[in-house]
Formats: sequence, structure tokens, C-alpha cells
Amino acid sequence: MYSTKYHKPASIADATAALTAGEDATILAGGQTLLATMKQHLASPSDLVDIRAIDGLSDISADGNVLTIGAAATHTAVASSAVVRDVCPALADLASGIGDPAVRNVGTIGGSVANNDPAADYPAAMLALGATIVTNTREITADDFFEGLFSTALEDGEIITAVKITAPAKAAYAKFPQPASLFALVGVFVADGAGGVRVAVTGAGEDGVFRQGAMESALGANWSAGALDGVAASQDGLMSDMHGAADYRAHLIAVMAKRAVSAA
Amino acid sequence: MSMIHVNTTVNGDEVDFVCDPRETLLDVLRDRLSLTGAKEGCGTGDCGACSVTVDDRLVCSCLMLGAEAEGKSIATIEGMATTEALDPLQVKFIEYAALQCGICTPGILIATRALLAKNPDPTEEEVRYWLAGNLCRCTGYDKIIRAVLDTAKDLRADAGEAR
Amino acid sequence: MSTGIGARVKRKEDKRFTTGKGKYTDDIRNDNQAYAAFVRSTHAHANIKGIDASAALAMDGVIEVLDGHQLTGDGIGNIICGWAVTSKDGSPMNMGAWSALATSKARYVGDAIAVVIAETQAQARIAAEAVVVDYEELPAIAHVMKAMAEDAPNIHENAPGNLIYDWELGDEALADAGLASATHITTLDLTNNRLSPNPMEPRVAIATYDDAEEHYTLHTTSQNPHVARLLLSAFYQVAPENKLRVIAPDVGGGFGAKIYVYPEEITCLWASMRTNRSIKWTSDRSEAFLTDAHGRDHVTTAKMGFDDNHKIVGFKVDTVANLGAYMSLFSSSVPTYLYATLLSGQYNIQNLHCNVRTYYTNTVPVDAYRGAGRPEATYVMERMMETAARELDMDPAELRRINFIQTFPHQTPMLMAYDAGDFPKILEMAQDAADIAGFAARKTEAAGRGKLRGIGYSTFIEACGLAPSQAAGSLGAGVGLWESAEVRVNPVGSIEILTGSHSHGQGHETTFAQIVADRFDIPIESVSIVHGDTDKVQFGMGTYGSRSAPVGMSAVVKAMDKVEAKVKKIAAHTLEAAEEDIVIEGGQVKVAGTDKAMGWHEVGLAAYIAHNLPEGMEPGLKETAFFDPVNFSFPSGAFICEVEVDPDTGVTEIIKFTAADDFGTIINPMIVEGQVHGGVTQGIGQALLEQVVYDDDGQLLTGSYMDYTMPRAADIPFFDVSHHETPSPNNPLGVKGCGEAGAIGSPPAVINAITDAIGNNNLAMPATPQAVWRAIQATKSVAAE
Repeated sequence: MYSTKYHKPASIADATAALTAGEDATILAGGQTLLATMKQHLASPSDLVDIRAIDGLSDISADGNVLTIGAAATHTAVASSAVVRDVCPALADLASGIGDPAVRNVGTIGGSVANNDPAADYPAAMLALGATIVTNTREITADDFFEGLFSTALEDGEIITAVKITAPAKAAYAKFPQPASLFALVGVFVADGAGGVRVAVTGAGEDGVFRQGAMESALGANWSAGALDGVAASQDGLMSDMHGAADYRAHLIAVMAKRAVSAA
Repeated sequence: MSMIHVNTTVNGDEVDFVCDPRETLLDVLRDRLSLTGAKEGCGTGDCGACSVTVDDRLVCSCLMLGAEAEGKSIATIEGMATTEALDPLQVKFIEYAALQCGICTPGILIATRALLAKNPDPTEEEVRYWLAGNLCRCTGYDKIIRAVLDTAKDLRADAGEAR
Repeated sequence: MSTGIGARVKRKEDKRFTTGKGKYTDDIRNDNQAYAAFVRSTHAHANIKGIDASAALAMDGVIEVLDGHQLTGDGIGNIICGWAVTSKDGSPMNMGAWSALATSKARYVGDAIAVVIAETQAQARIAAEAVVVDYEELPAIAHVMKAMAEDAPNIHENAPGNLIYDWELGDEALADAGLASATHITTLDLTNNRLSPNPMEPRVAIATYDDAEEHYTLHTTSQNPHVARLLLSAFYQVAPENKLRVIAPDVGGGFGAKIYVYPEEITCLWASMRTNRSIKWTSDRSEAFLTDAHGRDHVTTAKMGFDDNHKIVGFKVDTVANLGAYMSLFSSSVPTYLYATLLSGQYNIQNLHCNVRTYYTNTVPVDAYRGAGRPEATYVMERMMETAARELDMDPAELRRINFIQTFPHQTPMLMAYDAGDFPKILEMAQDAADIAGFAARKTEAAGRGKLRGIGYSTFIEACGLAPSQAAGSLGAGVGLWESAEVRVNPVGSIEILTGSHSHGQGHETTFAQIVADRFDIPIESVSIVHGDTDKVQFGMGTYGSRSAPVGMSAVVKAMDKVEAKVKKIAAHTLEAAEEDIVIEGGQVKVAGTDKAMGWHEVGLAAYIAHNLPEGMEPGLKETAFFDPVNFSFPSGAFICEVEVDPDTGVTEIIKFTAADDFGTIINPMIVEGQVHGGVTQGIGQALLEQVVYDDDGQLLTGSYMDYTMPRAADIPFFDVSHHETPSPNNPLGVKGCGEAGAIGSPPAVINAITDAIGNNNLAMPATPQAVWRAIQATKSVAAE
């Protein structure tokens, strides 16, 4: 029977050392997905490296219009942060709608972003806001970071330390929850921010979060819900499962996009 | 397998235990500390029967490791009433019969106490959404929501009087 | 404050439940506890060619791995269905063999094949994954309509074409003639969706064998521990009854799923003997989805004919029901005697016929789930009525009123003799509470906000109080469905009630005490309820089918009658008065109209001291009674649901849900309201959210709360619940039972409301946002044509 070691490093260097030394080490950033996966014996890590005690890793701060959220900041921390509310209220709203209170109290932004669940909320925000994912070794743009289902640009041993977001002029997130899991069946984050006008969609894509180009063009020309009239989302590349067929998801992308624009 | 030694506080008492690193806080509470008030309804963090607070934050103890309890303060249903009196929420749950089989009740009490600590004047909708992670198959939630709203009202009145 | 019948007495059990001190099966851990984990089929249909446990046996902590050949070799019997339903051609139902551990063939994903016993639960679970089963995969059937296909694979050798029985009730010729005479016929194809009961406490079994006494103790999450013991002894041959104690302590909800003895309990008992260890098995939630008996799963075509006066002149129903891979304990009765018998609803229908065919599929067994057959009947009936009203351009309440049964008792053509009710009255109560008059204005207001508002009715009847034993026996039941009670007055006058009913959320410790406090006018605190332990309590039949009040409490009343008679004799003797002059009130036993009295406790003491009892009287004050009802009880209700649909997304919000029920006499309104709330919520769950989904290969797709949607607090409104009491004449309290009404009546009210809102009657359960959105699109495309 396999055994697992629990580490609680106080520094990134110690965390990296533990991650590298372990045969099949993994980061424990909140565990709201990881622990459930381990219980189902779908993951059997040799080492759990709990990064939440690392100094500063849970900090949230703003430098001018640039918001930095430590990787170990919980969803509750993001939702209730005055700094986040000030710089990017849409992100605080998004965080307040993740899962349920217990999940929000433990789950972290770094964990969510690193897991890149195709139905998670944060990836849509990161992509739409043109966020930068900061790791112990480099900075990665959201465009480069999210590579597909549960797949990211992170390399072995690499640890997300923070995400950086430049305050958008306007932004909002509208989510249609999958009723059982409360993950997004379709979530649309619209932003007029550092990366220009962006519309990022989570929950719907076969390859995870993606940008909706036609809507971006329409909103780029005229930022209003009305501008999206007649701009249908393509069904190509959308998931079909028992909770929603591709055509329904495509329809919801249009509805949620309009609602997000109206709210922004 | 390597066991680890954890020092923590449970319901105000200093406690230490030894557990497997993969053991959940729920397993530790139930199997090692004989605190069986928190229940396992799903084991995946979806039902809330295992709700406890850790440093006053509501969590699913089935999705937390025992190891994570090191240095923290855990509150479980067993610590909710004092030796003298039940918690106002417990009193109101009994008054309304806001429970039936009782299996989800410890989790719901812990969750709603955490809500009232944070928001002493929640709306009906806020209570309902706060309980997104606490499933009850028996009651249809009606009496639970009413009991929580009524408790909040009483506590506000008490606070007003105290002022 | 009164604590008697009709009082809102606070529940006696709630202090322990609110303080975390409830004692549930999983809270128990015996010394030297070992743990079981099951090796389960990963295929829906496969021959088992071999089992290699060598790797598992070599793992840390593993004590033993046992399989089905060893189990059957030790003489453990097959799991049975206890209700024999006969096909219309006179042939018996085709019950396939079900071994607790499959020997040669696995028939659904989750079918138990072997058990691993280990020192810890984690070790057992990991080792179970290391047991290698050599499967020869067979084609599988997951859906009932495919089970009947010509080329369908055969699941049980003795069930050709997978047919279990082809059964009918009513007079087909009369129904046909009625339909032929009709001036309007409404036809509907309906699916009753498949559900997972999901009590929040998963099933648990702790089996402990004592080799010195050759005695077994089973702690288990059962709704009916005596029935479990009977089955384990008489049918599964685990141990004789006197060598088997079954204890169901606090049980965290049942809803039908905990009626049955499952493979796990049988296996744990047997494995405890084989290993001489106490064996504990705790289901995790995914096992619960895979193995707890599911509910419903019907496909039905119904035709209803009306005459010029809008009276129903003929009703024909053809139903196909999926019973899963094996016949579970009551499975045969659910789509027959608990279903077709209620197809007259609240209406006077003389020409009625129902045909039911049931089939095996490669899915988990389907059996009784809250309501059991009656929600299916109500769904058919009430969708028909609402649809017919729309087709006839009538007020749906008026069409119901025209057809209501007005006088009681009423004999339907479907075996049932309704006892009492006032259907127009409860409909009126519901309409008033729902403010029907204001609906048009609310609909207009909602339209102004871009929302579609709709309203739907369901007026329903159910048969509860299972069941008159002789009647049940004549229809094929393998057991009598009476209940027992012992009333034990202690020497100090306090009372223990030993009941065969089992409380797993219903609050029996309170309501059963209320009827005793009421009868003997003593403090409710001096009455305790003992249940759930076959060593403590005389044989009893347990709790299901809303039977605890009409049958279980009636047995208590009968035993109290005997106690009262003896108390009066003792008092008359002591006080030197005539028995008929003795009254019991205010904690005293008195001679009416005089100041001659004994304290209640003094009578108890006199009975046990026995220094001065009437000549020939036995000492003691303890009486037992068995109550066998002469008829079912027939709770009825009128539900009205008002919804608002968001046409952009298809999301339905339940704005208001009104329930007016007739449960006969109400013991504790607070508890009854809770039963209605919970039942309606499960019905709303069925109508809007819940659906078990298997893929075509029989793999379960809804195996966790990530995919099976449970009603959450935010999905449900506050309820408006009211009562009208027409007492049942068939039991001493006039009670009818209230546990299932909510789940029985609510689904059609919800669907009728949504279909009203969107203007498309073609909508199946669950009415998920996607389904509603599609129905709206279909309406739009029709409108565009």
C-alpha cells in the first residue's frame, strides 16, 4: 500500500525542494478537488506539498491599477477583499459565486487556475482580463497558460505564486451553473481591459476555456448588450453531455454574454 | 507508512493525535477523537454533513486533511452547546422541528452559525444560498430557513438590548 | 401546554440530534473491528470466468477475500422478491436468481462479486481494487424499451424476452367501450423518471458473530429490523431467528431505500462468521448511487375519454416498468398493486383498465421509493386531467370538480374502497391559499419582466397504511402487514411503548408518546418509545408506505385499551367502585363524581406489588396488541404550483407551492408539516432536477452529487401547507398517514405549471432548464409555421 508524506514548507525554495524530491509529489493548494480525487484512488501522490503556510502567498495587494493576488488566497478572501472590489469588482463577484461557502473558504485561486478544470470560473476571468500567471520561475500570460482540459503551461515542480491583473475599464462575469455541481455549464467573462475587449467562455468548450472572437469584435465596436444581438456562438468545439448539448450551451453563451455586458 | 503527529484545538480543548497523512479531518474527528457528530454523507465536499469550522471558517472536514489541523482551532457540533445552555440556533431548530432524521443537522447548525457570525441580518435568499453546500433530504429546508431567520432576529434584538 | 393529540409538541429526539449525540450505525465501532469492501462489477453484463484474489490477499492488513462460490457453498440463500405477481395468462412472475455475491454472471455495474475483509477501511478499499475479475463481457440493456426488443440479450435464463410479468387490472372491454362512446379523447405518452432515493446517511452494516454463542448481531440502517431478521433467517439462511439480533439505531433517512436486505448485510454477517471478526461496511456515496435500489422508471401511454358533460367515460393505461437486474423485495408490487389500484384518482371512473409489463435491464434493482407506485399513478392521472382541460378549453379545477367522487365509502373498479374525504373542500382551500383569483394579474406582471408565469394543479389520492394482511396476501404479498405494540406501564407509572414501527426521521418518539399522554393524561416526559431492536421489541413490520400512524399507532391504541381495562379493574377494586364509574384524568384514576381517586402511579404500583388485586388477576401492567387494518387509509390532497420560467435560459423558479391535505386526524401538526415539506421537495426534485442516467452500455453516468442534482435550499420556496381532517373510519385514531403525500402529489403540479407557462404540453421530467428551453423553442417553431 502506498504512503504519502505531508509537507508544509515555509518558503518557495523548500516547497520546490519537496516537489522535486518526491517521486510523485503534488501541490496541495486547497484540496477541494485533489482530496476528492485521492479518495477515489484516481490520484496517489507520494508527497503533498501544502503551500499555504508560505509567507505572503495569500496576500492580496494593488499597485496602482495592477492587482496581485497570492496563489493561496481563498475564494472567500478574493470575494471579500476591499482591494479586489476596488480594482476589479467583477473578479470579487466571480469568487463569491464559486461552489458553496465551505469550498470558497478553502479553495484557492492558484489551485483553481493550476487545475484548469474546463468548468471552473477563474480561467474565464484570467483569460478575459489578460491576466499574468506568476510562478516561482517566470510570468506566463493567460493566453499561453491555459492549454486544454486540465492542462496548463506549468512544468513539473513549477509553483504558481500569484496572478496579476490590470484593472479593466469594464468587466463582469455571468454564470449559468450546472445544477448538480454548481460549476459553470456556461460562464462568460467579458472585459474591456489590458488585453482589449475580451469575451472568455468557460464550462462549454471541449478544450476548456476559450475566447469568443465574434462577440469580442461586436463589443469592440460597440460595448452594449444590444451589440450582441444576432451574434450567435458557434457550436463547434462545444461540449455535449447530459447536462447540456452543444446547441444549448451555444445559446447560453449568447445569453450569458449579454447579461455580463449589461452588468459590467 | 509514516504517521504524523498533530497538535490542535478542538472545541477549546488542546488535543493531539497521530494520523496517516492522507486521513481526512473528518476521519480523525470520528475515529481518533470519538467526535462522531460530524457525519460523512458524500466524502466529496458536496453535502455538508461533515461541516466544522477551522479558525472560524466553515469547511468540509471530509475535504481537509487531519494534518492541516496543526495549530488551528476546530469547532464541531459537540462544542456548540455549553454545559449550561444550548446555542440559540439549537433552541430554535428544536422549537421549529427544523430537522427530521438528524443526520445533516450538525452540519447545518455549524454552517448557519458561521453565517450568523458573519452576517447577523441575512435575507431569506442569503440563508438559502449560504446552504448551497448543505443537503437535507428530509425537511425541504422550510423550517430550517425559518429557524435561522428567527434566531437571527432574536440575536439582533438581544444585541440591541445589550447596547 | 397540551401535549396530546393535535398539539405542536417539540420533538423529544431533537436534543440529541442538535447536539451531535444521535447514535447512528456508522458512529459505532466495535473492539477489534474489521472492515469490508466489495469488489463490484465494472461491466453491466458479463460472465465471470474467474476471480484472482492473490494480489489482494498479499496486501497490508487484508484478512480474507471471499466470493460467491464460498457464500453459496455455505448455504446462504438467494435474495428474494416477497410479493408474487401473476401474469394475466396465469403464469407466475419470472424471478431470476440473485446471489448476494454473484457467482457466474454480473448483471449490473456495481453487482457485488467478492468481499475483502481488512483491518482498516482504507486497506479494504484499496485491496478490493486489486482483486482481478476475469470477465467475458456480454451485450447490455440499460433502458426498458430496449429490454423488450426481439434481439435483446437475455439477462435471466428463466425470463425469456426479459419479461418478468404481463399483468392487468380492471376491465378492458368496459374501458374500450367507454372510450368508444367518448366525445373527446386525451392521449399522452409519459415517462416517469428514474430516481436515486439518497437518504443523507448512506447504508451501513456492522455484523458481529459470537462463536461461543453461535450468535449474530447486526447493526444496520434499516427501516424494518424485524423484517430484515425474518429475511436473513428464513430465506437467506444466515442464522435462526433466536441466534440473530438486528438493531437499527438512529437511522438517517430511508425513503424506501432502507426497507430491503441488500447483499452487503448478508455478506457481512456471513463473513463475520467466516473470519470470527466484527465486520463493518459503510457505503460511500458512489456505492449508494450504484447499489441502493432506485425508484420509478416507467414508460406509459394513457387514453382518457370524456362525454359531452366532461365526465370521464373511459380510461386506459399501458405501462412498461423497469425493475433493474434483479427483483428487489417489493419491486413487483410497486408498478402493480401500489400503482394501478390508484388510477381512479379522486374521480368517479367506472371504465378503467391498466396493463403493466415489467422487464429486467442491466441496471440496479428498482423498488419502492417514497410514494412507491402512487406518484406514478398520480403523475399519469393529473397530467391527463390538466391536458384534457386544456384540450377542452376548460378551467382545470372545474374539470376535476365535475369528476370528483362525492360520497364515501367509494368502491373503485381498481380494488380500492376509499374511506373518507372531501375533495371539493381541499381543492377550494388550496385555491384560496394560492390566490387563484389574482393569478391573471401576476402573469401579466411577470410578462412585463419578460418571464412566463404558469400555474398547475394536482388533486390526488393515495392508499396508505399498508396493509390489511388478508387483502395483501390474496394479492400475492408474502407477509402480513399488521403492526404490533407493547405498552409497558412501570411500577412508578412511567410508560414504555415498544413498537414495531421504526423512526428514521418521522419523530415517532414524540408522536407515539403524544397519543399515550393524551389517552392517560400523564406528562409526555414519562412516556418513552422503544424501537429498532429485535431483542427488545416484539416482532413488528416496520415503517414504509405511510403506515406508522394508521397501523403502528393503532396497535398502540389497542394495547392501551387493554391497559385501560386493567387499570379500571384495579382502581374499581381498590376504590370499591364499579368499573364503569372509573375515569382516568389529570394523572389520577378516579371514581367519577366523587373525590375518591388513586394517583396514576399508585395504580401501577398496585399492579406490581400485587398485594391487593381483584381475584384471579395476574400481577403487572403490560399489554401487547397486534393491529391488522381492515382497509388501507386514503389520504388526499390538492396541490397548486405557481412557477415563473425564464424563456432565455429555460430556468424554472417555483414562486409558490400550496398544499391542502387531508390526513384525517393529525397528531402533531408541526411534524406533519415537515413531512409535507420534505415530500413535496422530493417531488420538486423529481419534476425539476433529479434523474438517474445510464449510458447505452449500462454505465452509471450520475454516480455522484456532481452529476445527480439534489434539491438545495435555493431551489425550494417556503410552502403554504394547510389541513382538512376527515377522519379515517378504519382505525381508532382516524389517522391516514402523511409521509408520502408530498412526493406523490407534487410532480404533476410542477409540470402542469411549467407547461402552462410555456404553452407547450410536451415536456418530460425532469424539466431541466435545457428541457424547458427546448420545449419553448418547439413552441416558437410551431408558431412560426
